[in-house]
Amino acid sequence: MKEIRILSATGILGSGFREETMKRAMTLKPDFIGADCGSTDPGPHHLGSGEPQFSDAACKRDLRLMILAARAAKIPVLVGSAMTAGTDAQVDRLAGIAREIAREEKLNFKLATIKSEQDKAYLKKRLKEGRIKPLANAPVFNESVIDRSSHIVGMCGAEPYIEALQNGADMVIAGRSSDTSIFAAMPVMKGFNPATVWHMAKIMECGAASVVLRKYPDCNFAIVTDDHFIIEPPNPDYRCDPASVASHNLYENSTPYELVEPSGVLNTVNARYEAVSDRAVKVSGSTFKHAERYTIKLEGAELAGYQSIVLGSVRDPIILRQFDRWLEDLITAARDRIRAVMGDSIDSRYRLDVRQFGRNAAMGVLEPDMSIGHEVGLLFQITAPDQKLANALAKSLSHIAVHYPVPEWTGLITSVAFPYSPAEIDKGASYRFNMNHVVEPDSPLEMFRIAYEKV
Amino acid sequence: MTKLWQVTKLIRSKNSGPFELTFDIIFKERAVYEKVRDAKIINAGWFAKTYRMKPEVVAIINYDAANAIKITIPRPVISGDVNDGDVFGGQQYGPLVDLEVPA
Repeated sequence: MKEIRILSATGILGSGFREETMKRAMTLKPDFIGADCGSTDPGPHHLGSGEPQFSDAACKRDLRLMILAARAAKIPVLVGSAMTAGTDAQVDRLAGIAREIAREEKLNFKLATIKSEQDKAYLKKRLKEGRIKPLANAPVFNESVIDRSSHIVGMCGAEPYIEALQNGADMVIAGRSSDTSIFAAMPVMKGFNPATVWHMAKIMECGAASVVLRKYPDCNFAIVTDDHFIIEPPNPDYRCDPASVASHNLYENSTPYELVEPSGVLNTVNARYEAVSDRAVKVSGSTFKHAERYTIKLEGAELAGYQSIVLGSVRDPIILRQFDRWLEDLITAARDRIRAVMGDSIDSRYRLDVRQFGRNAAMGVLEPDMSIGHEVGLLFQITAPDQKLANALAKSLSHIAVHYPVPEWTGLITSVAFPYSPAEIDKGASYRFNMNHVVEPDSPLEMFRIAYEKV
Repeated sequence: MTKLWQVTKLIRSKNSGPFELTFDIIFKERAVYEKVRDAKIINAGWFAKTYRMKPEVVAIINYDAANAIKITIPRPVISGDVNDGDVFGGQQYGPLVDLEVPA
C-alpha cells in the first residue's frame, strides 16, 4: 500500500525537541520534516510589533538540527508561520537564520520563501467586492480597520507549499500559514486521501502534544495511507493511546468534529481511534468536504496605545474590609489629580484599567467568586497615545494610590506596597487583534508571493 | 458528593483563536462521563449563569471519542487587548473544578 512518512519536529519551532528523538525519528525514514513556527496564543504583540515570541538563538538551535537531518536524508524541511506571526520581515528573519546555518555547516540547498503579508489596496478591493466575510464573534471591519493595522497576514493553505515543492525547494520558510497546511502539503501533492491527510495534519502540527503525558516539547511521527494514519511518538518515553489522540481534536478548536481549512472542512464525527500497540494509534474514518469557495483567513493587529503600569499589594485588613469602595474612590481621586495636572481634555486621551490579583485578575468580568483573601495585588495600567504621557499619568496615579486613606485611620497612611522603585514601569506599545475575517481569492496562490534562492 | 476534578483527567480552558474561548472537560471513565453528560449537569443555562453571559452564546458539545465535554463561548475581551487579563485564556476554568457531579 502507498504510504508517506511524516516527522513533526516540535509543536512550535523555538520551543525545542530532543536531539536523540530526532535521530531516532530519522531512522524511520520520513519523507519530510515539518514544523509550525507561529501562533496567535501569545497575543497581538508579535503581529503588531513584528517581534518574535522565541529568541533567534532558540529557533536556530531547532532549525539547525532539522536542516542537518534533512540534508543528510535528502528530504525537504517545511516551516510555517515564521517567527510567531509570519510577517514578511519575520520570514526574512528566519530565512536569514537558515542562511547562517547553511554557511556554518557548509550546506547548499534551494530555499523557497512564501510571503503572507497582505497589500492594503488589495484588501480594500476585495472588501468593496463583498469578498471579505466575518467569522464567529468578529469585530467591525472596514477600510479604516485596514488602514489602522500595522500588519495584516493571510493564513495560507497547502497550495503555496505544493507550488514550492514542485519547483524543487529543499526548504520552505513560509509566512502565516494554517498550522495543518505545513503537514498536509506534501501528502496532498502526492494525491493521498485528503480526509486522512488533514486529520493527520491536525494531530501532527502540535508535535508531541497528542501523547498521553507531554513532559517537554518533542517530535512526533506519522505514517499515512489513503485508508488511515498511524501515529507513534519517536521518543521511547512517550506513548499515544486512542484517548490522547482523540482528545487532541479538542485542543484550541471550537469543535472537535470540524476543522475548517482554506480548501474545505475535515469532519471527524465518524473517526475511529484504535491502539495498534501500547504506543501507537491508528486513525481512520474521517471525511473531507471540499469548500465551494476557497477562503483565506486574515489576521491583523493595530496599535492600541503605549502603556505604563504600577504594581502593588494591599495587606491592611481595614482596607480590605472596604476594598471595593476604597479602590473606586482611589481611582476617582487619581483621575481628578490627572485632570488637575493635564487639564480636562486629558480624559479622552488615556484609559486606566485596574486588575485585582487574588481576586478577579485571571477571569475579570467572568469571575463568579469575588471574595477576598488576606491580601490583594493591584495592577494599575495606563494606556495613552505615547509612552511619555503614559508614564506621566502613572506617576500621578501611583502617588495617589500609595497614600489613599480609609476613615478608620487618622494621619497619613501608606496603603499600597510597591515591589519596585520607581513604581511606574513602562511597558511600551500595546497592540490589539482587529479582524476575524476570511477573503475569497480567485486562486489559492493569489495572496502569497513565493521566491527561490540557492543558499 | 463528588467534585468534577475528581472524575476528570483534565479540565482546561484555552483560546480557540483570539475571539473565542473553549473549555475541555475530559473524564477518566466512560461510565462517569456518560452519567454527567446524560444528567446535563453542564448545560448552557448553568454555564451562562456561572460565567455571566447569555445562554444563547454558549455552545456545548459532547465528544464521546474522548469522553469529553467541550464548551465554547465568545471571548468577553479579545485576547491581549488592553483590558484582557489572560492572553492564552488558560486560567478560565477555575469555577468548573469543584462543581458537584453524580459519580
